[in-house]
Amino acid sequence: MLEFYGTSVSSRLLLGTAQYPSPATLSEAVRASGTAIVTVSLRRESGRERGGQDFWALIKGLGLRVLPNTAGCHSVREAVTTAHMAREVFGTPWIKLEVIGEQDTLQPDPFGLVEAARILCDEGFEVFPYMTEDLVVAERLVEAGCKVLMPWGAPIGSGRGLNNAYGLRTLRAHFPDIPLVIDAGIGLPSHAAEAMELGYDAVLLNTAIAKAGDPVMMAQAFAKAVEAGRLAYEADPIEARDMAAPSTPLMGKAFL
Amino acid sequence: MRITIIGAGVAGLTCATEFSEQGFDVTIVARSEHIGDDSCSWYAGGMLAPWCEGESAEEPVVRLGQEAIGWWDRHVDCVERQGTLVLSHTRDAAELRRFSRRTSAHEAADAERIAALEPDLAGRFRHGLFFPGEGHLDPRKALEQLAETLRRRGVRLQLGTEMDKAAIQSDLTIDCRGLAAKDALPDLRGVTGEMIVIRSSEVNLHRPVRLLHPRIPLYIVPRGNGAYMVGATMIESDASRRISVRSTLELLGSAFALDPAFAEAEILETGVDARPAFPDNLPRIRRRGQTLYVNGLYRHGFLLAPAIARMAVEAVTDPTSTPEMMDENYPERQSA
Repeated sequence: MLEFYGTSVSSRLLLGTAQYPSPATLSEAVRASGTAIVTVSLRRESGRERGGQDFWALIKGLGLRVLPNTAGCHSVREAVTTAHMAREVFGTPWIKLEVIGEQDTLQPDPFGLVEAARILCDEGFEVFPYMTEDLVVAERLVEAGCKVLMPWGAPIGSGRGLNNAYGLRTLRAHFPDIPLVIDAGIGLPSHAAEAMELGYDAVLLNTAIAKAGDPVMMAQAFAKAVEAGRLAYEADPIEARDMAAPSTPLMGKAFL
Repeated sequence: MRITIIGAGVAGLTCATEFSEQGFDVTIVARSEHIGDDSCSWYAGGMLAPWCEGESAEEPVVRLGQEAIGWWDRHVDCVERQGTLVLSHTRDAAELRRFSRRTSAHEAADAERIAALEPDLAGRFRHGLFFPGEGHLDPRKALEQLAETLRRRGVRLQLGTEMDKAAIQSDLTIDCRGLAAKDALPDLRGVTGEMIVIRSSEVNLHRPVRLLHPRIPLYIVPRGNGAYMVGATMIESDASRRISVRSTLELLGSAFALDPAFAEAEILETGVDARPAFPDNLPRIRRRGQTLYVNGLYRHGFLLAPAIARMAVEAVTDPTSTPEMMDENYPERQSA
């Protein structure tokens, strides 16, 4: 059974809650996906002065575990402040930590990320850091106290899938005991299946479902892909090889 | 039959128009001192663009929204039937393909067509979509004209009055208070929109232009005399009172990306308000005793108010009827 910080997780698909056509569609898609954890942004979605109460109530009403995130934060201070607010609003020590370092690719700032992770872990937060697939950054985050890592597949919302399968495989091999979640860049169910086949513990996605023509149907597709990928991983797939090997023995057939 | 309508935003004034045209004795009571105060309709874009909205809205918005342009044209004189132009930069061509797949009633617009429709954008965009059946209006003029027509017809407008102090004898109340009706409609929530009005002597656009962008979609609606409304953000919140720096940067940055000449434009106004929405972002008519709630127009106030007002009249004229947007039909439509 997969566990994040000691909490058992029943689904290997985690969903973001932004960009859906309506909260009603969000709620239907979440149900169709079978997810047990949703992530919610406290910054962009809520504006200032606690204005997002209605939306947060709606998220809480889904009855799932909430993983608040610091999406849109560009500095350590912003991220830490947002994490504090998240803990208060959702009553959870969980925080998906995003510290954005570059505007065009929205790629994480590894230095700010490690610093913020250290501060938050020391304060008792259970941090889910959004990172690149960089091995050294991963080590620093684990040293800081992170017990889950969330490397990207590709830039947020780009739908490009796993840009660096080699790097992700290496990361998996280096951290066999840390739950690894692909966060960002997933566009198609096949991308999610690929991540699971690599041995990743879960995938987190948002845009691929929220912006699909039929988000509810796409949520079902992702649920199936994640399950298929995980089963494939556990079933120990064959290695690719260069030489063809017939699945039907040649013996007994006529040679021409 | 005497009807009291609470609220003088687009829902209230449109309902008042429909009810008084059907011969009802209508009184409007509104908290605001003037038309537009305290009303999110004042900050609307005024796009009558049912097909474009189909990109993200549900089917009823596209279908019912098609009633809007004719209704407004019959009631106010500020409707422009110039269509909508949807553009993307070449880098974001995927956004345009997606928009095209999700919508209908559009024509492909190549560089030449774009130049013919909007000469100021000539040479800047190579791919676009033109929605010839759409239009736009000036929401503020439209609201004021509706109110004026109602006054002339003998409808009483009690502005600056709280409902509990109005002491009106009526047979039925139509509650069009928007987000203020949250006390009676707990599933209503506010979705903030921010807008900026700019004026440029250099840029001359004839119709609403939407610029698609993966992060910051933008629309610009001409308001006449060089004024343009630039909108709009969508934030799941109801508490903002002033536009944020981030939204200002995004909106104006996108306007600049559409036409760099906007850099010299002057900023006339910024506006923020929260629009009332139900969980499925569709409007609803809800009957509670002698009150009919008309609410949840979300970002589709001017687009859907005529259809919803028509249904409110149907619901009152024939109490056994359940027009499409009545609460009773909501589960059926959901599963359909």
